[in-house]
Amino acid sequence: MAEDRASGGDDASPSGAADVTIDATGLLCPLPIIELGRAARGRAPGTTITVVCTDVAARLDVPAWARMTGHEFVGETKTDGGAVALTVRLL
Amino acid sequence: MFLDASGSSPMTNRALEAFQAGLADGWADPTRLHSESRRARQLLDGSREAIADALDARPEQVHLTASPHLGLERVIAGVFAARRGRGRIVASAVERDATLHAADYVSGGRLATVPVDRDGHVDIEALGAELADPDVALAAVQHGNHEIGTLQRLDRVHAATSAAAVPLIVDATASIGHVPAPERWDALVANPADWGGPQGIGVVALRPSTRWLPVWPEGDDWAPGGVSVPAALAAAVALQERLEQLDAVGARLGALIDHVRARATDWPGVDVVGDPAERLPHVVTFSCLYVDGEALLTRLDREGIAVGSGSACTTSTLEPSRVLASIGALSHGNVRLGLHPGVGEADIERFLALMPRILGDLRDEAGAPDLG
Repeated sequence: MAEDRASGGDDASPSGAADVTIDATGLLCPLPIIELGRAARGRAPGTTITVVCTDVAARLDVPAWARMTGHEFVGETKTDGGAVALTVRLL
Repeated sequence: MFLDASGSSPMTNRALEAFQAGLADGWADPTRLHSESRRARQLLDGSREAIADALDARPEQVHLTASPHLGLERVIAGVFAARRGRGRIVASAVERDATLHAADYVSGGRLATVPVDRDGHVDIEALGAELADPDVALAAVQHGNHEIGTLQRLDRVHAATSAAAVPLIVDATASIGHVPAPERWDALVANPADWGGPQGIGVVALRPSTRWLPVWPEGDDWAPGGVSVPAALAAAVALQERLEQLDAVGARLGALIDHVRARATDWPGVDVVGDPAERLPHVVTFSCLYVDGEALLTRLDREGIAVGSGSACTTSTLEPSRVLASIGALSHGNVRLGLHPGVGEADIERFLALMPRILGDLRDEAGAPDLG
């Protein structure tokens, strides 16, 4: 499922690490976080992962995930479709 | 095996016997003039005096209400009404919904919430900054948190509210009967069901200097329609029983919770929240990454173990617990334990032995990534 939802894994950022976006719209807790955890697996440090969510709990859970797994929460932005895009950087 | 004694706790035999005695001897309306009524009145007054004594309050300033929720509403409304000309309310971000909803309603939306730190302690500087506004009518800060167990530093909180001459309403609904009653408050609310008393009764205490006005045009603001005499008697007896054992039970349950906290911290992807030391002895919450809270509660229920949860997935609104959100905790996979005095070491060991396997199973079923 993570492979279906994660995209953009080949876009190289200036640091050389990939940037990944996960579409988790419509998924309820804890599924967006499970998708995030799956997408983070095996990725290089410096990779940024953005989870696009409609579940309100994800706004709390993505920063908490970053804290519990030793990564960095970058921030959140609203999308045009009314969803929230939450970004983490792998350390 | 009941490990969800936060807000309601099994009644002991002594409390049940008191309730039955209250039904047998206190069935009459205590406001009438005949001897049956006087008997009910005596039981009610005696119960109020015993509860007042435990709270170090004056009996005439202890009010029994139909529920702690109603008590919170009426004390907030009445203290607000007595502070004529002032329109704002300040409350900690981890107060109960009943407190925040009442504060928001009576102030017409002019409620400011003060943030808490990662352990759930209210930010005293931020509280002080809010209190500097002369328009603040009252402040509400709880004693112990019903979800994460953290005890507020009420000496500092009350020093700040006193310096600003703002009355402090303390929600002690999760702490009375578990730790010594707080000393620093202007109004206090307690919950008999939480200390092993019956449902259907609440307690509000006011200090002599605290001004309060009724907000309803007639009748009794605290207990419209009267108070249940059996509930009052059983509440007083249950509190007496808890206070007799306060130190011993607190030490024993506190050690069990310390043990749970230590073990749960070692489980992969588990975050134990709340202050590890300045806390209610019998309460702990931890969050489990990648786990659906409802599935976890269901699995434990199937094993005969009842626990609580603040997970968004277990509420009908899917809104995360405000308390957990305020401290930055994970909003899913939450387990809250509330131990009553009947819980023993063997119960906790059984729970601790089951949890790692259940967490592993649920994560496997959800296709969660390895946490190793």
